[in-house]
Amino acid sequence: MDLIELFIESLGTLTLNKTRTGLAILGIVIGIGSVIALVSLGQASQQAIQSQIQSLGSNLLTVQPGSFNQGAVRSAAGGRTTLTLDDAKEITKSDQITTISKVSPEYSGRTQIITGSNNTNAQVVGATPVYTEVHKIDIASGNFITESDVDSMAKVAVVGPQIVSDLFPDQTNVIGQTIRINGQMLTIIGITESKGGSGFMNQDSIVYVPLTTAQKQLFGASHLSSIALEAKSADLMVAAQDEVGYFLLARHKITDPTKADFSIMSQQDILNMASSTTGTFTALLSGIAAISLLVGGIGIMNIMLVTVTERTREIGLRKALGAKKKTITTQFLTEAIILTFSGGVIGALFGIIASYIISKLISMPFIISPFSIVLAFVVSAGIGIIFGWYPAKRAAGLQPIEALRYE
Amino acid sequence: MKNNAIIQTANLSKIYRLGSLETTALDNISISIDKGEFVAIMGPSGSGKSTLMHILGALDLPSSGQYILDGKNVEKLTDDQLADIRNRKIGFIFQAYNLLPRTTALKNVMLPMAYAGIDKEERLAKAKKYLEMVGLNNRMEHTSNQLSGGQQQRVAIARALVMNPAILLADEPTGNIASAQAEEIMAIFQKLNNEGHTIVMITHEPDIGQHAKRIIYIRDGKIIDNKNNHKQRIIKN
Repeated sequence: MDLIELFIESLGTLTLNKTRTGLAILGIVIGIGSVIALVSLGQASQQAIQSQIQSLGSNLLTVQPGSFNQGAVRSAAGGRTTLTLDDAKEITKSDQITTISKVSPEYSGRTQIITGSNNTNAQVVGATPVYTEVHKIDIASGNFITESDVDSMAKVAVVGPQIVSDLFPDQTNVIGQTIRINGQMLTIIGITESKGGSGFMNQDSIVYVPLTTAQKQLFGASHLSSIALEAKSADLMVAAQDEVGYFLLARHKITDPTKADFSIMSQQDILNMASSTTGTFTALLSGIAAISLLVGGIGIMNIMLVTVTERTREIGLRKALGAKKKTITTQFLTEAIILTFSGGVIGALFGIIASYIISKLISMPFIISPFSIVLAFVVSAGIGIIFGWYPAKRAAGLQPIEALRYE
Repeated sequence: MKNNAIIQTANLSKIYRLGSLETTALDNISISIDKGEFVAIMGPSGSGKSTLMHILGALDLPSSGQYILDGKNVEKLTDDQLADIRNRKIGFIFQAYNLLPRTTALKNVMLPMAYAGIDKEERLAKAKKYLEMVGLNNRMEHTSNQLSGGQQQRVAIARALVMNPAILLADEPTGNIASAQAEEIMAIFQKLNNEGHTIVMITHEPDIGQHAKRIIYIRDGKIIDNKNNHKQRIIKN
């Protein structure tokens, strides 16, 4: 009996009990489907984050209070007060600094933004005019914060398009409208161009105010939450990181670089950190999906064991007619592999459809790597072999006489 | 050993152990069956005749004693060699027919040939030939549940014959069949025997046993009578 015949015969056996076959492969369908969907979403979000971080400006260095060891990216604004406006001014003025073209001192905090009838929670960034150049922000209408706004602590704000649609859903012209932040009334003087971000690090949901206004009037702080620096070229990033690092160490009178009270990160550092975070999440979720695959495999084994018990008489008969152990093993293994493999195919299909729908819903790129599909097929067939092996061995090991007597 | 013997056993015993309880199913059975014989093994239920049949059919191994089937010492064979013996030397006919459910008559008859590695065309041709021989020309594509008991047993006979085995072993072949159809099955057996097939049939029905040329009586695992049947009932076709 060749393999094609065996395949057709096994297919015939499996279609006899469609409900059971369907339920048996459901576990594999869910397992493979979720692995494919999660891997694809993980890759998509990684790509989305990369393009978003790159859109922030490629020659960007960010100085933040706190050290690397304590997780610079995570330390909240206001948590550490070691960075001041004077630091930023000295970096701008110093002759020692040759690699930096622009310096943007910033103070940001998250708070409630209120209008007459609506409110939203958003990131408020205290900025200087140079912010737009360093962070590549374009103004859609109105103006950005000016030098005199900063000097006079003007109660003005520039808002992102997301803020506009959240707070003024029905109005076409919001310039001149007022918003209330931490008890202060601010007049909107400009709207930024959409950067098309979403969820994590949404660039369109930020309120920009003059740096001094943010520090003194809104948050009552005298320090900075970060200083953004633009290097003169991409090649100078490492040199700039060192230069500014030693300059600030000297200013803060710290001799041991490992005890620095600030950290300097390049876009690449942030990118790596974000990638490793999403990578960890993807791995974690894929791990959970893999567990469901394992559970599915155990389901297949269970069904195959039931099948072997049910067909004990048939196995006995086949042995009486001359079937060797290997023949019986192959027959039951083939059935198990057909089960898991068809589950894998259906699961892959569902996974692709699911990740397509989700990527459309949260406007992320839709990525399916052929590798993950090939892997899904190999893994599902592998599960058939692993979990079909024991039931098949059990079937083959039945004594023909015992099997024939079985009622 | 006689030259002509297909089945030869010497002091064959089978003892079942269940805990400390020992049951002797077969007790020193020595028989010899020649090529071309038609033997009925008879006895009441529990006499050990089914156990004997299983050992003769290489489905089970004796506890002690020797069994030589067509020149081969069966007790010394591996599982796969036994499978090969069952496939090539023995044609089984069971009381409950034991056809594969929901499978056509044709495919049922083709199955032993598939295990022997015969190619598909030859399997198909042979299966058709043997189904025609047992008179099922119009039933080849019927599945087993669409056939009557007598028809199913005829499919089983065709299946037992396709490998051209040295012996046909029939275990209560008419036990589940109405008497008119049982007569037909016996007619087929006698025809096969006349053509040279060796047949060993187990039955507890004296009527059926009378169709054989020789009758061996068994009781409590021992042979109590073994003689040629001078009153053989011959069915005329």
